[in-house]
Amino acid sequence: MEIFGIPLQAFLGQLLLGLVNGSFYALLSLGLAVIFGLLGIVNFAHGALYMMGAYVAWIGLEHFGMSYWLALVVSPIVVGALGLVIERTLLKQLYKIDPIYGLLLTFGLSLIAEGILRDQFGVSGQQYAVPELLQGATNLGFMILPNYRAWVVFASLVVCFGTWFLIERTRLGSYLRAGTENPALVQAFGVNVPLMVMLTYAAGAGLAAIAGVLAAPVIQITPLMGSNLIIVVFAVVVIGGMGSILGSILTGLMLGIIEGLTKVFYPEASNIVVFVIMAIVLIIRPAGLFGKEK
Amino acid sequence: MKLKKIAAACGLAIAAVTGAQAQVSGDVIKIGLITDMSSVYADIDGQGGVEAIKMAVADMGGAVAGKKIEVVFADHQNKADIAAAKAREWFDTQGLDMLIGGTNSGTALAMAKVAAEKKKPFLVVGAATSALTNDQCTPYTVHWAYDTVALSKGTGNAVVKAGGKSWYFLTADYAFGAALQNDTSKVVTAAGGTIVGSVKHPLNASDFSSFLLQAQSSKAQILGMANAGGDTINTIKAANEFGVTKTMKLAGLLIFINDIHSLGLKTTQGMYLTDSWYWNRDPEARAWSRKFFDKMKRMPSSIQAGDYSATLQYLNAVKATGSDDGDKVLAQMRKTKINDVFAKGGYIREDGRMVHDMYLMQVKSPDKSTEPWDYYNVAETIKGEAAWTTKADTKCALWK
Repeated sequence: MEIFGIPLQAFLGQLLLGLVNGSFYALLSLGLAVIFGLLGIVNFAHGALYMMGAYVAWIGLEHFGMSYWLALVVSPIVVGALGLVIERTLLKQLYKIDPIYGLLLTFGLSLIAEGILRDQFGVSGQQYAVPELLQGATNLGFMILPNYRAWVVFASLVVCFGTWFLIERTRLGSYLRAGTENPALVQAFGVNVPLMVMLTYAAGAGLAAIAGVLAAPVIQITPLMGSNLIIVVFAVVVIGGMGSILGSILTGLMLGIIEGLTKVFYPEASNIVVFVIMAIVLIIRPAGLFGKEK
Repeated sequence: MKLKKIAAACGLAIAAVTGAQAQVSGDVIKIGLITDMSSVYADIDGQGGVEAIKMAVADMGGAVAGKKIEVVFADHQNKADIAAAKAREWFDTQGLDMLIGGTNSGTALAMAKVAAEKKKPFLVVGAATSALTNDQCTPYTVHWAYDTVALSKGTGNAVVKAGGKSWYFLTADYAFGAALQNDTSKVVTAAGGTIVGSVKHPLNASDFSSFLLQAQSSKAQILGMANAGGDTINTIKAANEFGVTKTMKLAGLLIFINDIHSLGLKTTQGMYLTDSWYWNRDPEARAWSRKFFDKMKRMPSSIQAGDYSATLQYLNAVKATGSDDGDKVLAQMRKTKINDVFAKGGYIREDGRMVHDMYLMQVKSPDKSTEPWDYYNVAETIKGEAAWTTKADTKCALWK
């Protein structure tokens, strides 16, 4: 059986690979959506935070013998703490002015972070071995799927839907959402809004770091790994609808798959297909697929 | 103000006409490097390339023909328009005497046009495309270290000889990838092999699994990687992860020692690659490389050694002619044999190709490597006459 001239087996394989990449998009765009939704900051440093997540895992392994599993916990904490400092010292000053300043500031921060790591480690990059438990591959009949990639899909889906549940379905989440609608009123009810905002940025940074640790064994860890990805992730957020959490998760997965299929049918277009979709969505639904018109 | 400008323009015109007497313009010899300082190719050239050029300047005593030597460098960010604009700015306003072209073929082709227009020597070290000395050759371009023809002849022949008859290409989607695939295809088919197919990927692609699966389903024996730097590294990683290496052999068509260093010997052992130079080749290279290592904390790539050699030979020619006039210096360079740490008995051909030996290397297994950066065995020395574009194949009007 064939689909558009491609054997069904190959087609299924490509769908699955698209899903793996989509998981990364979902995890990263989720953090961006949370930060934009609650802080109104277009966080261009997200790619750098993702990259730093991977570097924390690598440095931990090289110098302290930290295992992959420990890195999955430690790295988000370290990068989240860094996010905390960034929010307290820099972003805090920007909430009252045009969002463009937040974008410029975070973009500058990511350039600085990349520059420092490039100076320290060079651009060729570092290796991070796949953890022992997840080594090897499983023959699915239509393709050989490395176990680690299956884990990536599983882990990111758990994290994504956990975050969605926290924000949309719990009391803490309802405070968060209310705080973004009307901070003054929520504060009047005795909720510490600045603290909430600070922790939100830290959590967003932590999400990026988790994605970084998940990516570390799959790709070469380089200072540029974040900037290679961040533009696509922004497109994902725009397509999903800025600030829409479920939207960014679903769009991330969907675009991963579309991009994967483009690599088969017309590989030359694989790095622009996401932006073509973005342009079309912006024309037809300017608020994004899942966004609400304000 | 306007008067001043006119006066300056007249001055320039006179200087141009009487250029033969003005021996060294601007009282300084200015050498520029435009390369990738910050992205995928920054480790193989970049800051290390600048350092190598400065080492050559230092070896000349920092001055030549009584004039101080100055080195400038810029980051082209892998964009041809930025490279060309920077070159033009340096030639027009900074009095640049010689330009060294760094990595990325697209940028080198763009800069070659500017240098030819300004009649200044353009010594290309980092870029690979053979078009620089073929259909896009100019009297001012000299291609120093390696090119896609030499790479494909070296690795392509070796792999076909070892039984790798059917090929599938994974190609970086820009000038360099296309040239490398094209040149290798010719070598493979001439040696009796076949090309089964190819797939193009964007520069700096983050995920190669999809492309690799397509390659695998082609049932070809050999996966020809017509890409470089981080793209090659991520291809090799993913090929191991997805078990592609069990059914196909990887042939890296452009692999630098920094890539091997980054991937480790365990992943790369046994692989064939072609390069123009290896730091551990002979005592002279080792001695120079240790000096480089002291500065950069890593061993030099062939490109960085080429940067050194190109600068040194240029400065020698300036010394011999006592002039920084582009035509005079190039004429001097063309009639001088090149013997330095990079090349032995090298010479510059009419099409601008610096002809020297190339090396087919095989990556050592981890237990054979005696020290950090000791990665290669030289499997074969490819003589200069056999390595490059032949007169029969050239479309360069200067070599007809």
